[in-house]
Amino acid sequence: MSKLPVDPQTLIAAFGPHLNYPPREGYAGRDEPDKVVETHCCFCGMQCGIKLLVKENHVVGFEPWMEFPFNEGRLCPKGVQRYLQNNHPDRLLSPLQRVEGKGFEPAGWDSALDQTVAAIRSIQGRYGNDAFAVLSGVSLTNEKSYLMGKFARVALKTKNLDYNGRLCMVSAGAGNKKAFGLDRGSNNYSDLKGAEVIMICGANVSETFPTLTYWVWQARDLGAKLIVVDPRLIPLARTADLHLDIRPGTDSALYGAMLKYIVDNNLVDHDFIREHTSGFDAAVEAVKDYTLEWAEAVTGIDREKIRQAAQWWGQANTSFLLHARGIEHHSKGVDNVLACINLVLATGRIGKPYCGYATITGQGNGQGGREHGHKCDQLPGNRDINNPEHRKYIAGVWGIEEAALPGQGYTAYELIEAIHRGEVKGLLSICFNPLVSLPNSNYVRAALEKLEFYVAIDFFLNETARYADIVLAGSLHEEEEGTVTTAEGRVTRIRQAVTPPGDARTDTAIILELAARLGAKDKFSFGSSEDIFNELRIASKGGTADYYGITYEKIEKQMGVFWPCPSLEHPGTPRLWEDRKFATPDGKAHFNPVPYREPGEVTDDTYPVVLTTGRVVSQYLSGTQTRRIGKLVDQYPEPLLEIHPQLAAKYGIRQREIVKVATRRGEAEFPANIVETIRKDTVFIPYHWPGQKSVNQLTPGTLDPVSKIPEFKVCACRLEPTGRIAPAGQAQAYNSI
Amino acid sequence: METANYYKTDMEFFIDMQRCIGCQACVVACAECETNGHESMIHVNYVDRAHTIQTTVQVCMHCEDPVCARVCPADAISKDEFGVVHTANTARCIGCSNCVVACPFGVPFKQEQYDLMMKCNLCYDRTSAGKKPMCATVCPSGALYYGSREEMSRMRPQSSPVNHFLFGNEEVTTKVNIMMPAGATVLQVYE
Repeated sequence: MSKLPVDPQTLIAAFGPHLNYPPREGYAGRDEPDKVVETHCCFCGMQCGIKLLVKENHVVGFEPWMEFPFNEGRLCPKGVQRYLQNNHPDRLLSPLQRVEGKGFEPAGWDSALDQTVAAIRSIQGRYGNDAFAVLSGVSLTNEKSYLMGKFARVALKTKNLDYNGRLCMVSAGAGNKKAFGLDRGSNNYSDLKGAEVIMICGANVSETFPTLTYWVWQARDLGAKLIVVDPRLIPLARTADLHLDIRPGTDSALYGAMLKYIVDNNLVDHDFIREHTSGFDAAVEAVKDYTLEWAEAVTGIDREKIRQAAQWWGQANTSFLLHARGIEHHSKGVDNVLACINLVLATGRIGKPYCGYATITGQGNGQGGREHGHKCDQLPGNRDINNPEHRKYIAGVWGIEEAALPGQGYTAYELIEAIHRGEVKGLLSICFNPLVSLPNSNYVRAALEKLEFYVAIDFFLNETARYADIVLAGSLHEEEEGTVTTAEGRVTRIRQAVTPPGDARTDTAIILELAARLGAKDKFSFGSSEDIFNELRIASKGGTADYYGITYEKIEKQMGVFWPCPSLEHPGTPRLWEDRKFATPDGKAHFNPVPYREPGEVTDDTYPVVLTTGRVVSQYLSGTQTRRIGKLVDQYPEPLLEIHPQLAAKYGIRQREIVKVATRRGEAEFPANIVETIRKDTVFIPYHWPGQKSVNQLTPGTLDPVSKIPEFKVCACRLEPTGRIAPAGQAQAYNSI
Repeated sequence: METANYYKTDMEFFIDMQRCIGCQACVVACAECETNGHESMIHVNYVDRAHTIQTTVQVCMHCEDPVCARVCPADAISKDEFGVVHTANTARCIGCSNCVVACPFGVPFKQEQYDLMMKCNLCYDRTSAGKKPMCATVCPSGALYYGSREEMSRMRPQSSPVNHFLFGNEEVTTKVNIMMPAGATVLQVYE
């Protein structure tokens, strides 16, 4: 029974989102904290160091952590305000149970856990183990990610476990494994500093990874050229040497044409290609017709700008290519990543100082989470769940028979489809708000309503958790010890600053207790987060993501350790491939042919405009945390439709006029923000908001065939001005129903 | 971290508008100071959002001869031995807004609820203890930077710090620097 127990307004009144502002005089005790805890921001993959000020088991403020080497005290507005998720009136303080007609009422832990275990047993007894699925998230630490993976496979014995990284960097991971045999950014960001050319492909660095901006500028101060590829003139592109204003969905055409140009003009590293790579000829053959003229026609970028970018890229001595969701959130996300890697390999600029390549992992522990935990096709250490050797090793670590280890299950969006088909009947979610973050949200909502039982673990009642039968009050980032692995591949320490308030428990304690009640207590007898990490070290040993040589002590001493780190004596690996030994079976880096193909949905007479989505600087992902922090909401209160004046004029759309945007999935209304900083054929809407304000009502569930990432970044839409001007002032989008 | 229990006279404030990404980290960090009553003393604005994504960031420039202090009828604004121009003395400020109108950079603003002028005091609680001001500590792009002039010229050889401004014929010299293309010595704000 997974329907809303009562109308959403009643749920919002009880559980928010409400906006938290600090008191005018600041929280009491900030000047004389009981302790100052060196930890990290809870949001993006930069994992900036920050100090939390703690008074009487409350986080009462922050101080910059100047010594942490990546950010040296620098923060974005989300980092500055992250402490306000603590002391929040919406914080769940006890387990809840659904009460029809009323909403949610507090339940004792025994009752909540008993009901959960009974429902799991009932569903698995009637429909099989795989009918109960788990959706997890990579704001969780490495320890919790590992624990979720083990819990699903050993305690629940289900194959159906996936995670919200499926909406994040799986295209990059798949591409990196094909090309390098390993899924990690090849370089840490200090290699940006001496790069002659920096090319940033589909990454709104200045809004989604603001503290990375400083590293880009350090290179520019020394003369680096900056090339930004983005359909919008994002803040970082404003001063870039080249802004390639690409038509969404055509990325691989650009990189293919650049490859052809540098090959035709002999700007490639023949020695490197011959000695350290394979597949070059096939990759070149695939782009042989991709002239600048053709690329201009496909991408909408002026051919001279493409030529200039290719010329700079080809002739540079040092360079760094970064990409993120802008090229990855596509039905050809893996193709786009491989097309970028081809450009890097063709010039041989990898594995050397200031010669870098990396995806910018989006979520706080997007990197570590996918390596060790809850990705449906992976086992700890970045092992392959379909590889018999890998299965055998992990089964040994877990003390089970290899045959008892479930195989590969469905990916996140496929799980929603499986619920619709009736294959999956029960769900446990943690740290995931799919009703806001998955595409085609009306379809996702209908799936939730088909579940027989849904249990959510979270610290706030997010929009998806409103559909739960049982809600288990879990823990915030600052309420548990652990580690995360940053976008650079640096394993860092998360410290417990406070204990969970009220009757809330740590996520770890909840999972361990559930495992015990499911009869797997002997496999889940960890006494601390460090115990879990120590088992993770062994589980990862010998895998590509080898953490065996990393200990809590070493992380603290070195301010982070870069994996792979195979032995206790090993210092870690800040820069990969210095030995030119790639992690592929033949030890070479692989070119991959990338023939151009169209995105999953193209414009037509009915849906003539390209719609793309993304983020704003003051919000994070589905907004479970940031739509509850007052000043962050005030900074960008509602999703706006960014539209070029020429396109607006075509439809007679005025500034702040409410425009109905329709796609094949649904329709929604957004006020127009008419700006020249976007392509004339494309509109942009940010995605952090729920309900009627969610652009994911419109986005398609088209998946990349390899990575199964949804195509958030391009679909076809129709614009209909309503004649109404959006009123100024608070938009109430943060708690939209 | 370089900490001391005194004001470091070799440290200066630098603003580089081309790096500003409009993220408002400085604004929310400034407001964290309880002596401000959670009001920010920094102004971040779009120049003209319809045409450009460019934002500007304005902190108090701490003028050598602060016009805000000169026009204050209550003598509420003072400059100290380090050149820091302090926010209005709350016992003296009469909320007349002369300073708000007079400042060439548009920095002070009147807090109607307190009937007081408020402005940046260069995080005196931090800078007087050898720390960096909060905004220049958190700024993720280096648009706001606090450090030595020597450090700045080493790190950013393509820019020069400028602290002379010409507003028509009115010359203003400030403690805070604006980063300009290398070799620039003066910023002419308008004819």
